Amino acid sequence: MREITYLQAITEAIDEEMARDPTVFIMGEDIRAWGAPLGEFKGLFEKYGGERVRDTAISETAMLGATAGAAAMGMRPIVHIMFSEFLGVCMSDIRCVLTKTRYMTGGKTKFPATIMSYSGAGVSAAGEHSACPYGWLMAIPGLKIVAPATPYDAKGLIKSAIREDNPVQVLYHIKLIFDRLTGEVPEEEYTIPIGVADIKREGSDVTVVAVGLMVHRALAAANKLQEKGISLEIVDLRSLAPIDKQTIINSVKKTGRLVIMDEEPKTESASSEIAAIVAEEAFDLLDAPIKRVCAPDTPIPFSPTLEKAWMPDEEDLIKAVTEIT
Amino acid sequence: MAIEKEKLIDMYRTMVRIRLFEDKIAEDFAAGKIPGFVHLSAGQEANATGVCANLRVDDIITSTHRGHGHIIAKVGNQYSLAPMVAELYGKKTGVNKGKAGSQHLSDLDIGVLVAEGIQGTALTLAVGVALAAKLKATDQVAVTFIGDGTLNTGRFHEGMNMASAWKLPLICYCENNIWAESTNIYHVTNLTNITDRAVAFNIPGISVDGNDVLAVYEVAAKAIARARKGEGPTFIEGKTCRLRGHFEGDTHLYRSQKEKDECRKRDPIPRFRKKLIEMKALTDKEADKIHQEVQKEMDEAVKFALDSPFPDPEDVLTDVFAQGGKK
Repeated sequence: MREITYLQAITEAIDEEMARDPTVFIMGEDIRAWGAPLGEFKGLFEKYGGERVRDTAISETAMLGATAGAAAMGMRPIVHIMFSEFLGVCMSDIRCVLTKTRYMTGGKTKFPATIMSYSGAGVSAAGEHSACPYGWLMAIPGLKIVAPATPYDAKGLIKSAIREDNPVQVLYHIKLIFDRLTGEVPEEEYTIPIGVADIKREGSDVTVVAVGLMVHRALAAANKLQEKGISLEIVDLRSLAPIDKQTIINSVKKTGRLVIMDEEPKTESASSEIAAIVAEEAFDLLDAPIKRVCAPDTPIPFSPTLEKAWMPDEEDLIKAVTEIT
Repeated sequence: MAIEKEKLIDMYRTMVRIRLFEDKIAEDFAAGKIPGFVHLSAGQEANATGVCANLRVDDIITSTHRGHGHIIAKVGNQYSLAPMVAELYGKKTGVNKGKAGSQHLSDLDIGVLVAEGIQGTALTLAVGVALAAKLKATDQVAVTFIGDGTLNTGRFHEGMNMASAWKLPLICYCENNIWAESTNIYHVTNLTNITDRAVAFNIPGISVDGNDVLAVYEVAAKAIARARKGEGPTFIEGKTCRLRGHFEGDTHLYRSQKEKDECRKRDPIPRFRKKLIEMKALTDKEADKIHQEVQKEMDEAVKFALDSPFPDPEDVLTDVFAQGGKK
């Protein structure tokens, strides 16, 4: 099978959906000249023109409000809110307008909208351009969230997000773009359902739940631990909302042990919710305490040395696994 | 501009429907029969009526916390008051199944997308509606009703800039009652004419007496025609005044008695009635009959609401997500 990069997979997904559905259009900053700063929309302006590939001002609240309004009228907007911390600029529009209006209209409206943002640290982008705001977004009823770890998942999940009749936040990891991650992606059409996790590696001793870049770090740790005779099962959630509880619980049923690896400050992170789900719904399956491998409760630092210390890595995961095996 | 007699009388009836609807809501809210909070538009009816009398069913409006008048006026008098009253009572038969209440009352079936309680979000939402109309090449227009309190939000600037830059079919109609809750707009804004703001967006900015329904109608007609032709947005200020407090229960002691008295004198409903009688479009007797008919309609709407069941507890879980998707 052919291999393409994570970035190419993102572009392909959007290109294919724009080709098949004339209601799909994009709004974003730097879309026309650059195809967005990392080039994920590159070539689309030339192919689809300025009506459907709309260069915006730096104006996140107008962009998000316009996304909601256009979606309510039957369009399928994709809005690029560049770095995930910028979601804070337009949070009322996400938290109230986009995700509550269907409910507050008694189901008379729907909002098929896709918000795309970079997430993640590892490229020394410092405090305002490095976040994985998973927990923050998961606390919004009405929002679906996907965070792909591979080119295959990126393409399939973004296509599903665009076809979804509800707002979906796509968080794609900046370091996976910078590292030019490649992976097998078929030429043929496919989608990946939102809300379905994927077991990236089967194992028997400890379940590790992760998304995005952390999936790769967990896989690296699994290789090292295999040499010591410890077998990790890596559950890539792929979607943070809705969360695939059953896949997590089924894995814990097999292993009896759970470590959650999450690139966020620990407090109120995705890991908090996952730990709570397992503690609440599968406590009897656990043979050891749940462990969380997260970032410290600090802003994200700039210097590579500090940033490396801040980010959870395979050594942190190995330490946590060792403590419960 | 000549408006047919029948339409003039319809507009009068719309204003009466808004007023009597809200008078009854005020009464029932004070009696503890309506949950939550209500913000009434008494005194501002000519704005909603004059604008909406120009709109088609498929034109879309977005509204505010003070939005009863907009939805009542949107498609005219055939639209039943009963599901709206039921909504305010929190009933299952409410237009939004009891999930909106007074502040978010809406009905997309008649082109009222939503009423927003966070200032400016209705505006940016309407920008998206107008963008969709442009992309789909319909000749629909979007109208967003805002209050003067929205003028100093960032969203006002961002939304109007986007609408202007993209020449979208949007009318931003500001009902300037000069009070943003309890704060006088001119105490927090260094402007005499708020339409000066339109200059910054390079779009027409027009002030109109918002208590004169025919003046509002004319100004809105031009702006809507302009938008439909693809010539871009217009900002309209309707100079109006609020007969009641910001919300029911607000004693509005921050306003002088003189201002309140002047507001009462400007009441758009007696004013339009007098005008219609002068124009010989209506007699006193006919006008009284309209009031009686509307009162009866409202009494029946309240009865419908009272007779309706409350939503079932399990309804709390519905309407979060749409099912299905694009195949």
